Amino acid sequence: MPMDEITLDHGHDSHDHKPGFFTRWFLSTNHKDIGTLYLVFALIAGIVGYTLSGLIRWELAQPGIGPLTSIMEMFGAQAGDDAIERAKQFYNVIITYHGLIMIFFMVMPALIGGFGNWFVPLMIGAPDMAFPRMNNISFWLTVAAFALLLLSMFVPGGAGGNGFGGGWVLYPPLSSLKGHPGPAMDLLILSLHTAGIASILGAINFIVTILNMRAPGMTMHKMPLFAWSMLVTAVLLLLALPVLAGALTMLLTDRNFGSQFFDASGGGDPVMFQHLFWFFGHPEVYIMILPAFGIISHIVATFSRKPVFGYLGMAYAMVAIGAIGFIVWAHHMYTVGMPSDMKAYFVAATMVIAVPTGIKIFSWIATMWGGSIDFSVPMVWAIGFIFLFTVGGVTGVVLANAGIDHALHDTYYVVAHFHYVLSLGAVFGLFAGWYYWFEKMFGVKYNNVMAYGHFWLMFIGSNILFFPQHFLGLNGMPRRYVDYADGFAPWHMWSSIGYAVTLVGTLLFFVLLIEAALRRRKAEANPWGEGATTLEWTLPSPPPFHQFNELPVVKAEGGH
Amino acid sequence: MRYLLFLISGLLAPLGAMASEPTPGAIGFQAPATRIMERVIGFHDFVLIIITVITLVVTGLLVWVMVRYNKRVHPEPRKFSHNTVVEVVWTAVPVLILVAIAGPSFSNLFYQENQPDLEQIAESGDLDDPNLFVEAAQKGWVTIKAQGNQWNWTYIYPDEIDASGYALEFVSNPLHRDLSTDAEVSASQPRLLAVDYPLVIPANRYVRYQTAASDVIHSWTVPSFGVKTDAIPGRLNEGWFLVEQTGVYYGQCSELCGRNHAFMPIEVRVVTEDQYAAWLALMKTGDFDAATQLVSTSSPMDEAARLAMAD
Repeated sequence: MPMDEITLDHGHDSHDHKPGFFTRWFLSTNHKDIGTLYLVFALIAGIVGYTLSGLIRWELAQPGIGPLTSIMEMFGAQAGDDAIERAKQFYNVIITYHGLIMIFFMVMPALIGGFGNWFVPLMIGAPDMAFPRMNNISFWLTVAAFALLLLSMFVPGGAGGNGFGGGWVLYPPLSSLKGHPGPAMDLLILSLHTAGIASILGAINFIVTILNMRAPGMTMHKMPLFAWSMLVTAVLLLLALPVLAGALTMLLTDRNFGSQFFDASGGGDPVMFQHLFWFFGHPEVYIMILPAFGIISHIVATFSRKPVFGYLGMAYAMVAIGAIGFIVWAHHMYTVGMPSDMKAYFVAATMVIAVPTGIKIFSWIATMWGGSIDFSVPMVWAIGFIFLFTVGGVTGVVLANAGIDHALHDTYYVVAHFHYVLSLGAVFGLFAGWYYWFEKMFGVKYNNVMAYGHFWLMFIGSNILFFPQHFLGLNGMPRRYVDYADGFAPWHMWSSIGYAVTLVGTLLFFVLLIEAALRRRKAEANPWGEGATTLEWTLPSPPPFHQFNELPVVKAEGGH
Repeated sequence: MRYLLFLISGLLAPLGAMASEPTPGAIGFQAPATRIMERVIGFHDFVLIIITVITLVVTGLLVWVMVRYNKRVHPEPRKFSHNTVVEVVWTAVPVLILVAIAGPSFSNLFYQENQPDLEQIAESGDLDDPNLFVEAAQKGWVTIKAQGNQWNWTYIYPDEIDASGYALEFVSNPLHRDLSTDAEVSASQPRLLAVDYPLVIPANRYVRYQTAASDVIHSWTVPSFGVKTDAIPGRLNEGWFLVEQTGVYYGQCSELCGRNHAFMPIEVRVVTEDQYAAWLALMKTGDFDAATQLVSTSSPMDEAARLAMAD
C-alpha cells in the first residue's frame, strides 16, 4: 500500500503543486509540513509551560504565599485562609503541569517531531517518511493529548482544587483515589496514553525510515549523526513507552475498576509504580537529550569547517548511552528503602554513563580543534550547550553516589542538575537547531543581532536562575515547596531575577520571529558555506514540496 | 591536595553550630551533626574538587579552541578526524576517575546503610575509630518510629510503655501553615521548621529510626544528620544515626505529599541522657506540654553553640 501511494504522489506532484490550505495543514502527509506543525505546536506548548514556570518563580521570589493567593482570590476564593489553602494546591498543580508540558509537549515534539520529521528524510536522501499517513496520526494524537492535559487542569482533582498536584512522576497513592479522587488524574492518564501512542507510532516511523530509505550508497556508517541520534531515540521510545503505558493502565484500573496493584492495603506496592515509572523515566531523559547531541555535532562540524571528530565513536557513544540508560533507573529512588547492595549496583551502572558522555564532549572539542571556527548564531548556541551540559553532567556524577544522594535527594540540587541538562542542555540544543535550520525550513533569514541578544540573555539569565539552586539544595531546600524557611530567601530571590532575564530573552525571540516573518529576506540554499555537507543543504530553501524524486547517490567520502 | 580540600570545605561549611537550620546565603551543607553527615560532606567535597577540575578543563579547552582556531586566526581548517591515542586516553582517564570515586562512595554508602552490630562494637570496637562509638554501643539501641501523615508526623517509641500500657506515641504538628492564625515567629521557633511537640532523643546513643506512612508517601529527613528515608504505606523502612552534640535540628518532609507538603516539618531535640529520662517520664504521664517545656527551657542549643565557639 505505501508503495502505491508513493507512485501516485509522483504522478500528481512532480511539479511541486501544493494542496490547498486545509488539505495541506490538516490532512498533511508531507514530512516537512508535519515537521512545521510539530514546531508550531511545540512553540505554543512551550509558551504555556514557560508561563507556568514564571508563576513558580514569581511565587518563590519571596517567602510566604503571595502571588498565587491573589490569583486564587481572582478566581473566586475567599480572601484569607481559603485562598491560601487553594494557592498551596494550585502551586503543586503548576509544577506538575510545567514538567509534563515541557517534557511531552515541548522538548519531545520540537526535537523529535519537528526537527526529526524535517531533517531525517532530507539527510538520508529519502523522499518522505516511510509511513506518511501514520505521521499525520502521530501529530494529531499529540494535539489531542495536549488538549486532554489542559482540560485536566480545569476539572476537579481533589485536595480542594482543580487539576492534579502530585508531580510529573505521578506516584501513587497521591495519584490514586486516596490522594486525588477527582477526574483530573484520569484525564491526565488518558492524555499520557494518547501522547504515548503518538510517540510509539512516530518511533516506528523513524526506525523504518532510517533502516530502509537511505539513499543508495549511504551505509549506516555514513549516515549523518542527527539521523543516528534519531534512530537511537526512536528505539528508546519504542522500548520505554509501553512500560509507562502499562504502569498508567494499572493506575487507571486501580482508580476505576477496583484493582490494587499499587495499594498496600490490598497487597499491592506503591514502590512498584516507581520502578515501572523510572524504567520509562530514565530512558526518557535520554530521549530528550540525544536529538540535541545529534544537532550539536552537525553545527560544530559545519562552523569549524571540519568533519566530525571520531564519527564512529560519536555514533556508538549514543548507542551506549541509550543502552545503559535502561539499567540505571533506580538511581531516582535511592531513598525508598532498597538494600544497600542494590544501591551499590545502581551507583556503579550510573557512573558508567559518564564515559560515553565524556567521549561526546571531548569529540566536539576535538572537532573544533584545528578548525576554522565561525561564531555564527547556531555555533554560539552550540558552544553554550557544550558548557552548560558539562556543568549539568558533572553534578549528575555527584548525585549518582547514593551516599551523597541521601543528603541531596528531592532537594533543589536535583532541580538544578536536571534543569542544567534539560532546560539549558536540551533547550539550548533546540535553539541551536532552530537557528541552524531556520532559513532552510522557512526560506527567510532572521536578524542576527536579535539572535545574538537572545543567546546572551538566555545564557546569562538561565545561569543566574539555576546555579544558585545548587546552593539551596546543598543547604537542604526540598523540592516542590510552595513556601520555604526564611534562610533560603536570598538565593530564591536571585533565581527569580534570573527568570526575569530569560523572560526578556524570550520576548526578544518572539520579536525576532515577527521581524523575520515581516521582512521576508530571501534565504540562500546554503548560507553556511563549505562546512555544511549534509544533503539538506543541496536543496533550495525552503526545499520543494517533494524532494529527491530521483534518489541522490552518496559517494564514498560523503555522508558525514 | 589536602590544603585544597581544607580550603573548599572551609568555604562550604557554614560557621557555628546554629546552622542546623538553613542559613541565608549559605552555599554548602548545614553543619554536620552525625558521623554519617561528616563522611557525606568529606566525600562530597572530594567529588566536588574532581568535577570542578573537569569543568575547568572542558571550559579551558573550549576557550582555547575559540581563541586559537577561530576563522580570523586560523583561516584554513585542518582535515583530520581521527586520533586513536587521544580517543583511548579520553575513554580510559574518565574510567580511572570513576573508579577513584567509586571506592569511597561504596564505603560511605555501606557505612550509612548497614546497621552497626552494637554487640560486636561494644566488645571489640576500636576506641580510636571515629566511625564507631564503643561507649554508646554498650548502652544498646534507642528505637523511634516516624509515621508520616497528611500533614504531620506521628512519633512512636516502641520500647517505652506509657501509663496506659501502650507504646509512647504523639503527634508532632507544625507551628506554622502560613495562615493568618499562625503563631508569631520567634528565634527559637523558626518559621516552617518548628513544631509543637518535637522528637526528643538522647545524645551519644545509637538511634534506630523506622519510617512508615498512613496515607501517601512522605520522606523523613534531617539534613544535618545526613539521613533521608521515604515513609511509604505498607512498608517499614529503617536507618540509624548517632548525634554527638545536644541541640535542635530541623528537617522538612521530602516527598511531595499533597497540599501541605511544605508544612510538615521535622524538629529533633537532642538532649543529655538525664534530660531524656526526665522527658520520657513526663511524656508517659501524658503531660506533653510539661515534657516539651522541660527540653526547651534547658536551651540545649546554647550549650552546643558555646561548645562550637570554644572550638
